[in-house]
Amino acid sequence: MKSNRKLILQLCGATLGMFLFGFALVPLYDVFCDITGLNGKLELVAKKSTGVIDTSRAIKVQFIANTNESMPWDFVAKDVEMTVHPGENARADFFVQNLTNEQMVGQAIVSVSPSIGAKYFHKTQCFCFDRQVLNAKQAQDVSVLFSLDTDLPESVKKITLSYTFFDITDLQPVAAN
Amino acid sequence: MTSAVDHHHGPATGMTRWLFTTNHKDIGSMYLIFSLLMFFIGGSMALIIRMELVEPGLQVVQPEFFNQMTTMHGLIMVFGAVMPAFVGLANWMVPLMIGAPDMALPRLNNFSFWLLPFAFFMLLSTLVMDGGAPDFGWTFYAPLSTTYAPPSVTFFIFAIHLAGVSSILGAINVIVTIMNMRAPSMSYMKMPLFVWTWLITAFLLVAVMPVLAGTVTMMLTDIHFGTSFFDAGGGGDPVLFQHLFWFFGHPEVYIMILPAFGIISQIVPTFSRKPLFGYASMVYATSSIALLSFTVWAHHMFTVGIPLVGELFFMYATMLISVPTGVKVFNWVATMFRGSMTFETPMLFAIAFIVLFTIGGFSGLMLAISPADFQYHDTYFVVAHFHYVLVPGAVFSIMAAAYYWMPKWTGNMYDEYLGKCHFWCSFVGLNLTFFPMHFVGLAGMPRRIPDYSIQFADFNLVSSLGGFLFGFSQLIFVLVVVKCVKGGKKAEAVVWEGAEGLEWQVPSPAPYHTFETPPEVK
Repeated sequence: MKSNRKLILQLCGATLGMFLFGFALVPLYDVFCDITGLNGKLELVAKKSTGVIDTSRAIKVQFIANTNESMPWDFVAKDVEMTVHPGENARADFFVQNLTNEQMVGQAIVSVSPSIGAKYFHKTQCFCFDRQVLNAKQAQDVSVLFSLDTDLPESVKKITLSYTFFDITDLQPVAAN
Repeated sequence: MTSAVDHHHGPATGMTRWLFTTNHKDIGSMYLIFSLLMFFIGGSMALIIRMELVEPGLQVVQPEFFNQMTTMHGLIMVFGAVMPAFVGLANWMVPLMIGAPDMALPRLNNFSFWLLPFAFFMLLSTLVMDGGAPDFGWTFYAPLSTTYAPPSVTFFIFAIHLAGVSSILGAINVIVTIMNMRAPSMSYMKMPLFVWTWLITAFLLVAVMPVLAGTVTMMLTDIHFGTSFFDAGGGGDPVLFQHLFWFFGHPEVYIMILPAFGIISQIVPTFSRKPLFGYASMVYATSSIALLSFTVWAHHMFTVGIPLVGELFFMYATMLISVPTGVKVFNWVATMFRGSMTFETPMLFAIAFIVLFTIGGFSGLMLAISPADFQYHDTYFVVAHFHYVLVPGAVFSIMAAAYYWMPKWTGNMYDEYLGKCHFWCSFVGLNLTFFPMHFVGLAGMPRRIPDYSIQFADFNLVSSLGGFLFGFSQLIFVLVVVKCVKGGKKAEAVVWEGAEGLEWQVPSPAPYHTFETPPEVK
């Protein structure tokens, strides 16, 4: 009977451990994506550029602006496509307007395709770093300052950034992600 | 052999016998009856699906209700029919096969069972709720199951929690029983294979059911408490849901098939009148399948956009599983080779299992080829694949086990003629139902859609007719069980000529208490 108790406790411990492991997978998954640059997730911190410009090649950078289905904002990419050299600083502009009669808070989430490009896409400044608070009917120009890493693999000739605005008015305060 | 029946401790009478029982045989029977009931409820939903798909266009149900049917059919069959049936068989047979007087934790055993009726009553009650039952598919991908879910999703989450607790407690009970209560000289490598496969299954359950519990808990807090585990707007990720779900989900498919492997490994030697070929390799093959099952989950997600290295890793890891599975199929065939075979109902189901499960395995290999999977993904080819491994796989093995051990449970032989009728109707019915799905799937018919393009009409009609044949022939099984419980030719202790194992040392029907003194194991 004593050995029963020990085994039962071990198995309950394993059960609890696996329950917690399920939650541990959430940050582990992000860590894994960060390290490997998989899943097209961008780091949401500003990067210093190195100053070296690789003029031997030019990369097409495209911008897509979306709003999440329940987001009553107008969001347009003013620069749909541009060509930049790796290492060169560039700027892309967007227009965003709150179409409702209420103050709203939005957060832009970016996704990069191909996902390998995410690791080499450095943003020195971005409207997606912050929540955007827009009053009723307020319109605003927002921008992203970025550069491409000179280590960008040769195989990448074109990078597409897709920004999606989500309504987070009800989700305040959000995690500083 | 001395009979260990204690006449002062028979079963209690009336309802309390079933409510308060701690007897492994009573609880085993309740699990089996419960799972049969769920099999019919889930089966009726499948027939509603097949009724709608008899011809193109919408005729019987609305698309919303169709979605609820596909979702509930999957959930009920997986969590309500197949898993409890195996737990019921474990309850009945594991103590008898290892020479133990009962399960190690009898009260916990009662609790694990009685959680289930409440869990599934709650799940089924969502059908009459405002907004309807869960309609997001049995895989309940976020955000379909969070942002866009009907209000009843909360009841679904708690039902999964309850069923999960029941499975985990059942699994802990099985592990403690097998590890601590074997008859003295029964070493691990002398255990019957059904016991071995259940031990490994129980460890899988302890490892992955808590992850599922965590996943549905995250859904719950996303829906009601403002977290954003799966919501990109709050910094979460819907793909995370799929990773978490399939980290549970892939081992889950082995939870539903490893005990089946054990059952087939008991039945084939009996009716071939030869010992099982390659016992040790069976044990190692089962263990390696269980270990590998943790490394293949993303093959369900080839099309969500995982990187090339990921696609390759999960493709090769998945294909690797076919090696130990091939070992098992080889061993079963080698056991039958030059055996003195007879073809009673359990053996018919077992042989059909080997043939049809292998077909399901081959379509699984096709799906594992990641570049090809982009065409097969979410088509009826996938539906054909997993029904071939689950219906003639898990369900046939349960039927085989029921016929094989029913004389030991009831003390009466079942009606062999009706048993064979049941087998042949099921065999023809299921192949008519699921085989054409391979063709419509390869031709591009998407799954989970109530309407389809007219070129799929003929094959779908065949599938529906087969589905009705399969469904209604299960009523023959009910008839067999009822007749067998009521009476029939008395069964001997050793029911089958070639049967080996401790369960045949007790009389038929197995007395209420068995092996109160541990038996000798040769």
